Amino acid sequence: MTPPVLRCRALRKAYGGQVVLDNLDLDVAEHEVVALIGASGSGKSTLLRCVNLLEDLDDGTIHLDGDHITDPRVDPDLVRRRMGIVFQAYNLFPHLRVLDNITLAPIRVHRRPRAEAEAQARDLLARVGLAEKAEDYPDRLSGGQQQRVAIVRALVNSPRLLLLDEVTSALDPELVGEVLTMIRDLKAEGMTMVLATHEMGFAREVADRVCFLDGGRVLEEGPPERVLGEPTEPRTRQFLRRIVEAGRL
Amino acid sequence: MRPTHHHPSPVARQRAAYRRRQTVRSVLVAAASTGVLGTLLVIAVTGAPGWHRVRQSFLDAGIARAALPEVAAGLWLNVRLLVFCALGALAVGLAVSLLRTLRGPVFFPVRALATGYTYTFRGLPLIIVLYVFTLGVPGLRLQGTPPVLVLGGLALVLVYGGYLAEVFRAGIESVHPSQLAAARSLGLTYRQTMRYVVLPQAIRRVAPPLLNDVVALQKDVGLVSLAGPIDAVRAAQIATAETFNYTPYIVAGVLFVLLAIPLIAVTDWVTLRAARRQAAR
Repeated sequence: MTPPVLRCRALRKAYGGQVVLDNLDLDVAEHEVVALIGASGSGKSTLLRCVNLLEDLDDGTIHLDGDHITDPRVDPDLVRRRMGIVFQAYNLFPHLRVLDNITLAPIRVHRRPRAEAEAQARDLLARVGLAEKAEDYPDRLSGGQQQRVAIVRALVNSPRLLLLDEVTSALDPELVGEVLTMIRDLKAEGMTMVLATHEMGFAREVADRVCFLDGGRVLEEGPPERVLGEPTEPRTRQFLRRIVEAGRL
Repeated sequence: MRPTHHHPSPVARQRAAYRRRQTVRSVLVAAASTGVLGTLLVIAVTGAPGWHRVRQSFLDAGIARAALPEVAAGLWLNVRLLVFCALGALAVGLAVSLLRTLRGPVFFPVRALATGYTYTFRGLPLIIVLYVFTLGVPGLRLQGTPPVLVLGGLALVLVYGGYLAEVFRAGIESVHPSQLAAARSLGLTYRQTMRYVVLPQAIRRVAPPLLNDVVALQKDVGLVSLAGPIDAVRAAQIATAETFNYTPYIVAGVLFVLLAIPLIAVTDWVTLRAARRQAAR
């Protein structure tokens, strides 16, 4: 049997006295889309940053395709090349044109010829309707366009796993749709994804599994209809009730 | 955006006319106040009891003409020194600031040296460093000791490198950590992240203060004349000693300002451009 794409076991992370991840377990199978939901501070972002090795764990292990990536002898740069992460604030490089944002890693990290990398980048941009923005600097783009560029930038490395950290939270409501459409297309292509989100409707639609994080652990998980429709845990119910009151479901 | 022929409403036309009137008024007020202040200054200086003597000993046209070739020849030394010292100090500053950002126990000695360097050479008065390099080092009588001019240039590079290192470091630290996270998440190594993501943004941000230090360096390169080489100020001093007239100093001062104008203009232009870019974001 092939191992899951991502396997997290007993993750623990604390900042000072604040425990952010508390004995957290999570498996993600190939082609699976897992949505992480939960209140701010429940550990969603920290989990994604730990998986990308941007944060050091205090305890626990993470395996990517069966490889132990939290072994201190592993080169984190090599691990990061096998996955992509997209941030809430896009984090595009402001001094580089859209095209150069996308081709930076293929040219410098993967040593691919510039012409080939640029052709691929233009092709990907065209597929998300941003072909004519290739020569622009990021600050000329809307938030939704910037976030789509950030997703394309994460995709050129052909990642095994795509991590999406509240990618629509910084967007104006009318721009959320264009980013969600892109993620929907990625699911159709079979991309394995873990996404932290506040968009419950979207989680219900696109996720194969929803995990409710509370106090740094997965408190409840299952198919979206079940977790979002008939949650069993009181904390989950309480969280979803607040979301409904805020008009987000 | 559809192109339209917009006909301003009466209100807009009134507003525009009012603003035009205000602009004309401000220009007239500025011209008048400048004229009044200038006249007062001229009256105060030329009416001073010692004006006649000062004009003789500081503003003698004949002496200025006579001193100009010597002073200009000295200035050429300043220019050459400035180019080499500015390039050297920028290189040293950038290298030291990068060494200070290195992490990991292996780099402790390098980091400590770099930190010690910026502390020492920013604290030491330039004149003392110049004396040590131009008088102390040749005193060792080592084989192949470079000429005094090169030693003086080295002293300038070391002192200004210390200042520029801190400017570069401020720039590096001003790049938001999320930029590093984004670069590392793409698989870039620490060096690649510095080279392609952090430094381009950092240098753009600190270009104005860097150029400002180069303008300051332009005036300090003349201090190598303490060790013998004749720069513009030293040439003026010699001419002054010959004629007992201070006019050569004024000649040197005017030449320095003329030399600084292009550099300062570039600094202002870069600063303005940086401010515009910031505003666009």
